[in-house]
Amino acid sequence: MPYPSAQRPLRLLQDSLQRTAQTFPDKIAIISGVDRISYGQLWQRSVQMANALKSRGVRRGDRVAIYLDNTWQCAVSVFGSLLADAAFVLINPQTKSDKLAYILSDSAARVLIAESALLRCVQPALAQLESTPYLLVAGPVPAGTQAESLKTAWASASDTPPQPANIALDLASLIYTSGSTGDPKGVMHTHQSMRFALESLVEYLEITYQDRIICVLPLSFDYGLYQLLMAVHTGAALVIERSFAYSAQIFNLLESEKITVFPGVPTVYAMLLAGDEKSPLRFPHVRKVTNTAAALPASFNQRLQKIFPNAALYRMYGLTECKRVCYLDPTLIDQKPESVGKAIPGTETLLLNDQGLPVAPGEPGKLYVRGPHVMLGYWQQPDKTDHMLHPGPTLGEKMLCTQDYFTADEDGCLYFVGRSDNIIKSRGEKVSPTEVEAVLYSLPGVREATVLGVPDAILGQAIQAIISLTEGADLDETKIRKFCAQRLENHMVPSHILLMPDLPKSANGKIDNKALAAMLAN
Amino acid sequence: MEPRQIIRNYILENFLFVDDPSAIADDDSFLEKGIIDSVGALEITVFLEQCFGFSVKEEEMLPSNLDSVNNLVAFIAKKQKGAERALPISTTTAALVAG
Repeated sequence: MPYPSAQRPLRLLQDSLQRTAQTFPDKIAIISGVDRISYGQLWQRSVQMANALKSRGVRRGDRVAIYLDNTWQCAVSVFGSLLADAAFVLINPQTKSDKLAYILSDSAARVLIAESALLRCVQPALAQLESTPYLLVAGPVPAGTQAESLKTAWASASDTPPQPANIALDLASLIYTSGSTGDPKGVMHTHQSMRFALESLVEYLEITYQDRIICVLPLSFDYGLYQLLMAVHTGAALVIERSFAYSAQIFNLLESEKITVFPGVPTVYAMLLAGDEKSPLRFPHVRKVTNTAAALPASFNQRLQKIFPNAALYRMYGLTECKRVCYLDPTLIDQKPESVGKAIPGTETLLLNDQGLPVAPGEPGKLYVRGPHVMLGYWQQPDKTDHMLHPGPTLGEKMLCTQDYFTADEDGCLYFVGRSDNIIKSRGEKVSPTEVEAVLYSLPGVREATVLGVPDAILGQAIQAIISLTEGADLDETKIRKFCAQRLENHMVPSHILLMPDLPKSANGKIDNKALAAMLAN
Repeated sequence: MEPRQIIRNYILENFLFVDDPSAIADDDSFLEKGIIDSVGALEITVFLEQCFGFSVKEEEMLPSNLDSVNNLVAFIAKKQKGAERALPISTTTAALVAG
């Protein structure tokens, strides 16, 4: 009898799409507004995209930057880049010109695929670059713009899948994330690390081709991206929406599309609970509700279970540097309502003290992560990489230091304690105070500036800026917010601005954030 | 001030941070143009409730009601008309008699 696995192993991230398109060519892959794209169409468009990218100069290992809304064109751009042996770089569509220029320059992107409506941010960004990427535009290309429309590029592209040159160790994606020190860093993930994380997620969430997943989180956020990857890997349907802004529309979709998987962050759940208080919500089709990015208040558990009476609620924790760390088995949620559970399948977590020794149950320790899902490092940032990747138990292994403190109970289930750095989590997104402060200090008239996270019922933490001005400076709260809004993504713009004549200092002359936090708490 | 002007000023000041009225067209989608995000829509409803004195129901959180200056103006008109209809009979009758 022949060996049963005539099936080729899946090695590259795009192999999932090829397999699913062969298995379910007519099954709906993506529902985005009025568009419904089958797996066969998604594969065909992705192949055309790959060939178009290759004929426009993209070579193996190049980066392709994608600055698109949550649309099926964005999914095609992701898989097209992979099929062209390039690494994709998804950029949040709320990113402003300066940061866009930084990411394009840092990643040295060969091609930029941008939304037509976002060209007003693209043009000033490109003007800052020494060498500009080739510009492809989704939607109309205004006269006089040096760019080509996606439609034109696809129309002339071949339908023959290109032969892959990449192997599993090659770079699949750079995901930019805010760090505690200044500029964002590109997290390097290989095909291997992403495939491993993807299969582990699919395993414990038990996603199948019968699932219907809704994604209201941006695809530029890895939690959003993996909804697409999970759908493609299993043949599930993905309903993508630009945002959770118009909640009634999302609620209608949950019903009309019979959604079975609902991924959210605490801000989305806080809005959902606020809506439920106005008029009760019930979504009986939903089978799985997942939370990550920031700790879900335990008080949400029971209220969410009422809204989703037939769903398992997954409390999870992760960071872009390894995609996902742990999840709580949903059957334990009443027993351990605050826990984020244990390591995802095929991985291990360690809680270590400052001497690198395991801590006892109940004692806080720094959380370390071992597994094939750990990132390769930060793009062109060896020092920052060394801060996060430490030698592991196996010779030559790198394990990830999350820089977060946790405790574990007698069963090994994890509880978040706090961060070792000053990163703020607002709307589930990391905000670097340094990045916001750098923008504030670039505003003429600002003498001193510091940024803190303050508790907020919807946002988790809201951004609070405390500022002192130079003499005669003509600045007020509105002018400062305007300056920030032109340079920072919405979630980084301070919600609260406090002007003080002088900021309190600690003994060594540094701005005393502890004193400020205590003052604000009162 | 007309509702349209109130809405335009509010969006310009609080989301676009500019005085230039040409920064937004009346039929620009707030979401597509990146003017608001999920929390922004919530802020708009709070503003509507405070400024126009009606409450926005959960099922009204739709782009057709909220996602452009034009949609907001139409939504306000619809809500205000609804509020008039909800007036007690006696007042309405009195108004009819007086009219």
